[in-house]
This record gives sequence, C-alpha cells and structure tokens, in this order.
Amino acid sequence: MSDLKIQYKPADFKSDQEVRWCPGCGDHAILNSMLKAMANIGCPKEKVVVVSGIGCSSRFPYYVSTYGFHGIHGRAAAIASGLKVANPDLCVWQITGDGDAMAIGGNHFIHEIRRNINLNIVLFNNEIYGLTKGQYSPTSKKGAISNTSPFGTIERPFRPGELVMGAQGRFFARTIDMMVQLSADVLEAAARFEGAAVVEALVNCVIFNDATHEMFSAKENRDDRTIVLRHGEKMIFGKEKNKGLVLKGFTLKVVTIGEDGYTIDDILTHDAGEPNPAIHHLLSNMQYPEYPVALGVIREVKDDTYENLLVQQIADVQANTKIKKMDDLLKSGGIWEVK
Amino acid sequence: MADQKTLIEKEEVVIRFSGDSGDGMQLTGTQFSNTSALYGNDVSTFPDYPAEIRAPQGTVGGVSGFQLHFGSKLVTNPGDYCDVLVAMNPAALKANLRWVKPGGTIIVNIDTFNDKNLEKAGYKENPIPEYRKGDYNIVEAPITTLTQGAMQDITTDNKSVLRTRNMFALGMTYFMFNRTLDYTIDFLNRKFGKKPDVAQGNKLVLQAGFNYAETIEVLASRRVNVVPAKQEKGVYRNINGNTATAWGLIAAAEKAKLELFCGSYPITPATDILIELAARKDLGVKTFQAEDEIAGICTAIGASFGGDLAVTSTSGPGLSLKSEAIGLAVMTELPLVVVNVQRGGPSTGLPTKTEQSDLYQALYGRNGECPAVVVAASTPSDCFKYAFESARIALEHMTPVILLTDGFIANGTEPWRIPAMSSLPEIKPPFAKKGEKYQPYARDTEKLNRFWAIPGTPGLEHRLGGLEKMNVTGTVSYVPENHDVMTNLREQKVKNIENYIPKQTVFGDDKGDLLVVSWGGTYGHVFSAVDSMRKNGHDIHMCHINYINPLPSNIGEIFSRYKRIVVCEINLGQLVNYLRVKHQDFKYLQYNKMMGLPFTVNELVEHFTKILQEK
Repeated sequence: MSDLKIQYKPADFKSDQEVRWCPGCGDHAILNSMLKAMANIGCPKEKVVVVSGIGCSSRFPYYVSTYGFHGIHGRAAAIASGLKVANPDLCVWQITGDGDAMAIGGNHFIHEIRRNINLNIVLFNNEIYGLTKGQYSPTSKKGAISNTSPFGTIERPFRPGELVMGAQGRFFARTIDMMVQLSADVLEAAARFEGAAVVEALVNCVIFNDATHEMFSAKENRDDRTIVLRHGEKMIFGKEKNKGLVLKGFTLKVVTIGEDGYTIDDILTHDAGEPNPAIHHLLSNMQYPEYPVALGVIREVKDDTYENLLVQQIADVQANTKIKKMDDLLKSGGIWEVK
Repeated sequence: MADQKTLIEKEEVVIRFSGDSGDGMQLTGTQFSNTSALYGNDVSTFPDYPAEIRAPQGTVGGVSGFQLHFGSKLVTNPGDYCDVLVAMNPAALKANLRWVKPGGTIIVNIDTFNDKNLEKAGYKENPIPEYRKGDYNIVEAPITTLTQGAMQDITTDNKSVLRTRNMFALGMTYFMFNRTLDYTIDFLNRKFGKKPDVAQGNKLVLQAGFNYAETIEVLASRRVNVVPAKQEKGVYRNINGNTATAWGLIAAAEKAKLELFCGSYPITPATDILIELAARKDLGVKTFQAEDEIAGICTAIGASFGGDLAVTSTSGPGLSLKSEAIGLAVMTELPLVVVNVQRGGPSTGLPTKTEQSDLYQALYGRNGECPAVVVAASTPSDCFKYAFESARIALEHMTPVILLTDGFIANGTEPWRIPAMSSLPEIKPPFAKKGEKYQPYARDTEKLNRFWAIPGTPGLEHRLGGLEKMNVTGTVSYVPENHDVMTNLREQKVKNIENYIPKQTVFGDDKGDLLVVSWGGTYGHVFSAVDSMRKNGHDIHMCHINYINPLPSNIGEIFSRYKRIVVCEINLGQLVNYLRVKHQDFKYLQYNKMMGLPFTVNELVEHFTKILQEK
C-alpha cells in the first residue's frame, strides 16, 4: 500500500450505479462499512480493485467507483490472485459469498489463503443461495429447509473460520452486517494486514433465509450472545461485562466473573498474533447457544506474502544471470554457426 | 576417427532407440540428435513414450522410443521407418520391429533376452533366429556385460551399471555414424559435475560402446557418413516445440514491453512450457502454478486485467476445464493466450500420444456466441513464431487466442535458425489514454478492439465482468437490441483480424489438379509426401493452414484454382467440416487417421497417388 495518504470521504468510493440488492438485504450495510473503510484506509482510489465471483454479493464491484472485475462463479480468488501477483502495488479486494467461496470456489479459497497472497477477502455469509432463489448452501445449518432440501439438509455445514485455519490462514475476522462500525474496523484491519485476510460478514438474506443469524445478532441479545475480540484485551462479554472465556482442558468454557471462584485474572487475554492457531480455531468455531459467537479480528499473524517472495526471487535470479534479454537466451547453450 | 575410406555416404538416416521407460532412451535420442545437429545435419525427432513413468518393466506397454531422422538434405519429419533400431530388451524389439526398413540394422542387448523377459514381451521363444531369416542385420550385443566390464573400476553396484547401459548403445551408434563423443562428454561433465564418479562411469561406457562397435564386422564395414546439410547462413540451435512456444511468448512480452505472466497447471504433454517459463525468472517471467486448470486461466485473466501479457498452457482435458473462463476473456475482451498442446482424446485418452482432435473444442467449445482466435503451429521450431503471433494478435486486438500445437511437435526437435530480436515486429497494445474520458467498450473504428485501461492509472477506473455490457459505456445491460449489437461486434472484431495476418500461400503451382490441405503439426510429413510426388512429376500442391480463425482472406480464391481438394488431419475431419461451412463452394475429400501417431509419408503418398489415379 502506498504511504501517500489521501483524504477521502466514503462518498468518493460510491459509484453512480443503482444498488440492486433487495431492500433490507444485509449486503447494503456491508457496502456502507466498506465505503467507510476505503475512505479511512486512504489508498489512492486508482490503486483499489474490487474483484468478485457470482452471487448476490458479487455485484459489489458495480457499486463502488474503483477498478472492478465481476468474474465467474467461484473464481474470484483466482482472478484476484493473478491480478495481485501481476501488480503487487494494487490494493485488491475480493468479494465472495458462501456459495462462491465455500462450494464452487472452495479449492481456490483454500489455496489463496495457503499462499498468503495479500488480498482482502470479504466472505458474505447468509447461509443460502439467494441469486438462484433459495437453495441451501455449504454453510446452511444442518436440517435447514430450502427448495432443494424440502425435508431438511442432511449435510454438515462448513465453518469458514475453520477452513481458513486449516489452510494456514494468517488473518481471520468476523462481523455482522448490522454492526456497521465493527465491520468498517475489521475491513480496515484486513486491508492493512499484509497477507491473505478473510473477513466473514454474517449477512441476512431477507427474502430466502430471513433471520438466520437473528438468535445472536439481534440488538437486544447481541451483547450476551456474541463476543467482540480485541487483541491484548480480556475475552469478556455480556451486557454486564461479567462473562468471560477460560481454557478448560482442550476447550473453551464460558464463565461468570465472580461465580464459581472465577476472577478477572482467570479470563483469557486475546492474542491475535499467536502463530499457533489452536485457540483461534476454538474461538472461530464457537457457536451460539453453547458459546457467544466471536466477532472482531480473531487471528492476525504476520508472514511473508507470495507476491513479495516472487518479486524477491526474480530480483535474486536477475542479479546473478548473464541472460538479461531475449537475445541472450536465444544464444545461450548449444548453438552453432553456419557460415 | 576411423579410416575415411570405409565410410559409406548417405543422404539421410533414421535411428530408433527403444527400451524400458526407465532405460534412458529419451536422453540417448536427444544426445544423438544434438550431436548431429551440431555437426550440421538437419534433424527431426519423435519421442514416443508411455504415460506411465515406470510402466511394468519388460512389457511391450512399457516401451519408450525415440526416433530421429538426420540428413544432409532438408529433413522435415522424423521418418516413417528406421535404418537402425536399438532394442534394449525383447519387449522393445517386439514393439518396434514393424518400424524397421528392409535391410535395416537391429542392435539388441542380448543379455536381456532371457526366458523371463521373453515371456514378458509375449515371445514363446527367442525370436532372433527367426528374424535372422528376414532382411535384417542383427547385432547381438552383450550390452549389460560389457557395461559392467567398463564400470568395474568405478562401481559394481548393479543399479548404477544398469543406468549407464544407454551410453553403451549411444557409443555404438556414434561409431556407426562417424560422430565424435565430444558433445555428450561435455554434457556428462556438466550434468554430473558434482558426481565425478558417475560422470566418469558414463564416459567410460560411452567409449566402450564406441570401441565395441568398431570390432563388429557388420558395423565396421558399413560405417555411414551423413555430411552436413546445406543450411542458410546463421546461428542455429536445436529446439523442441514446447521450449519454442515458451520462448515465443517471452519474445512477444519483450516486444510489447510488458511483463509475462503464466498461470498454469501441469498436464502432459504441455508441462514443459510451464517448466521453461518457471526457469525464466532471469527474464522476469512470473509463473503461477495454480491449484487447477481453471485457476490457471483465471489467474491469467486477472493478470491480463492488471496489464500483463497473460498466458495459460494446457492440453485437451485442461482446455475443457478452461472453457468458461475463455468465455469470460471473450466477454471482457482482454488479451490472453491459451496454449493447447493437443493429445489423444477424449477424456484422459492417450496422454503421451499426438492428435489434432481439439480443433472443434478450440473453435466452438464454449457457451454462447463466443468467438476466439485459433492459430496452429506446424513444426517444433515454428512454435516460436506462432506463439509470438498469438500474443501479437491477443494484445493488438484485445482477444483471447488459442494456440494449438500437439504432442508430436511439442516434444519433437529440429535445428532452428535463431532470429535476432530486432527482426521481430514491435507489438503495440491499444492502451487507453490517460486524461481522456474512458469508456470501456468504445472501440477502434477499424480493428473494433476496445482499449486497455490498466488498474493503477488515475481516471480510468472502470468495471468489467461476464455480464453483458452496454455498448460503449460498459454498464451492465439486458437491453435486447444491445445484446445483438455486442454479439455482432465481438464476432466482427475477430473476423477483422483476417486483415492483420499474412495471406495464405501454396507450395506448388498456382493452379492444378490436387490441392492437399493440412494444418498444424502434420506439416513435415505432408510436405515430404507432396514434395516427393512433385519431384516425380505429379500434379499435386500443398496448402498448409496456420491461421484457422479467422482464416486468411484468400483461402477461397486459392481453393478455386485446383480441381480437387483433399484435407488431411489426425482426427475424423474437423478442419474439413469447418471448411465445408466457411467455404461451401468446394467439394472436399478427406484423409484421416486416429492412431495417436503422426502420418507416415508413405501412407500419404499412397493415398494421394490413389486420388490422382481416379480421374
């Protein structure tokens, strides 16, 4: 990212295209958070590129005024990877959904993470196929009723965070559509992170899967049923800020401070930078009602990026070769002259 | 060097090395062809190997062969039949006897002719006594024993000894054709620089093979010399089709002043393109070994959007996987080169064998009205030219180009007169101008290409994608009339490329009786057949096509000047049917073969002769 700071307003990143998501769709809120984040980050607008696949959320590039590429189903990861490797100077966002990234594009998703290409990947998870009108997705809860699972799904859902950890992901954050400021914060953190950064945005599909995240995302319960993790801070949550997480054996446990002998000192402190992903894995897997759902930056571990290593490797080879241009290569090795 | 008086001068010779797939026959053949090329012969080679890395030892299915044809005259193909067959075991003999010319020499490693190997090869008894009755000179060389002898001071490890037997066979053939060992000795020194024992062992065995051949009367008395070919002045090297393809792409990037990006996934027989490009970090090439074929092309499309010369390399099944993404490149009108090294299909088919059966796929294998440019290379060395041309067309016309080569020319080698980069044309991509209002689908009035705006350029921000776009402005559009306009613009843009490619030429006379039409990698065999028949006074001519979509604009006019047209291809008639649609005024005969093998010159001559006799 460029050091050159430009003062932007969110509106500077808004395109002139009419946003065609359904009224009430959670994607609107993420778009607003994104505009805020882009303005805050201050990367020159011409260096920002938004790449997407196919699905409701993948219409995103048309709604921002940066460079954009609306790809084909599942392949945004590959398109964004090629773009970033070709031109590491760009700030590349990848917009994808639970169908795009977890089903048809699952392979590309794990490999872009494994390679640690410096991409900002926003995974809109509404647990449903919206654009094809309501089929269950790889993240739909087991038993979910949809038009292709009229008697309930018999599949276990993917947990995106778990896939990210399994693919050796270095950055994973989660937010909820309605939490506009948190979304803007984690999107900005993702953009500032040098490496493959995944933000899982829990969004509501008002038409085909309304209220799927409602149990923990509704404002009245949110404080008790989610936990916003912040690096270096105690893992405390609840309206009364009296609940916390402790490690018990190999797993996490919710405790109430002041009960059963637990004090604030027993509560875990969040270390997003810990290379060992074990706790991050546990945190990202927490499901309501047993646990609060973890939000915020869960994992942020610095490492070499693919494109930097590639650029370095090319520079190293070029410093030690006699082949400087094509003519040199053509005349290298076994040649002979006919006079 | 032996006494020159014992040498028999010949214009051309064909040698076929064959053995188990672990016997090092590819290396042996490559060494002989490089030595001959360096000596000044024209050379053409044909590696023929199984898909399995180490197929069941000693079986016919596991036989790996390498045929090479060298001459003091123009050599355009690796030859139908061989003068010398080297068979390292009974299976190699069984698999290759059919390729030996009458009167040819067969060298067998007689040490391998035991009951077990004979049985594995499917022989009930040692066939050599029976073959001796045929018209062959059979040399029963105890290659294993003599290799052991030569190596005894270096190692007695049986594995190491077995691995160097190919050098013995190579040494024998070097004697037979009056070659020096210099090139191979130099190669061994370089290859085994860090293992001087291994280098020394190989060199001793090579020399032992050479010396042994001198003691065999039937070889010493028929020692053959093939003088250097008369070649155009210049600097030459030996090159195979895959390397030439990779180099053509790098050359194009240099001429376009762009970085080269290759997103690719390994697949036989195209992998060597990725391997060569990965080695070319010295020239700044970025390679991305993707997780699959789809990611290969999609990373390339991303790189193309980002302003690189972007390519992806594959073979038939991989092209199938890339179909949707090629459509995306057609829709977004981005430059992209897709190299398809054709192999036997369908499905996994015959991965290491050659075929021309992906033409339909290249022309039509996508959803929607989806025109892509299709170009085909014809020889190992002209893969350079057509890779360069594919990149030029892609960049200057903003379109995906599918370059078709095939397993035969991809792995085959021939001497190549190295071009100077200054002799190649500059490539000028139509970049959007900074400071002007950018409309993504505004077009050049003649070529009809849109303009390329590279992310990072202030003021040219725009959105591309697979959805249909409004003409000029590039916003998403479902307007019926607009789709009609855009579909026709995409079609016409590709059609207009006929004005920017060379006119079709003919080998032969301006008009006549039989016009042989061919395309791609069959060039060498078809040329030899037509050339030899012309020298015998036949009214036969040849039209070899490299630009397939669009076709050169004068093709129809050429066809009209001949009485009969026969289209030859290694498929069931894909080009001929395309021509039947594009140029309906003509009647086309066809000649096809589907054996995973190139044509033989012989069968072509036979077939053409038959047509000419049917007045």
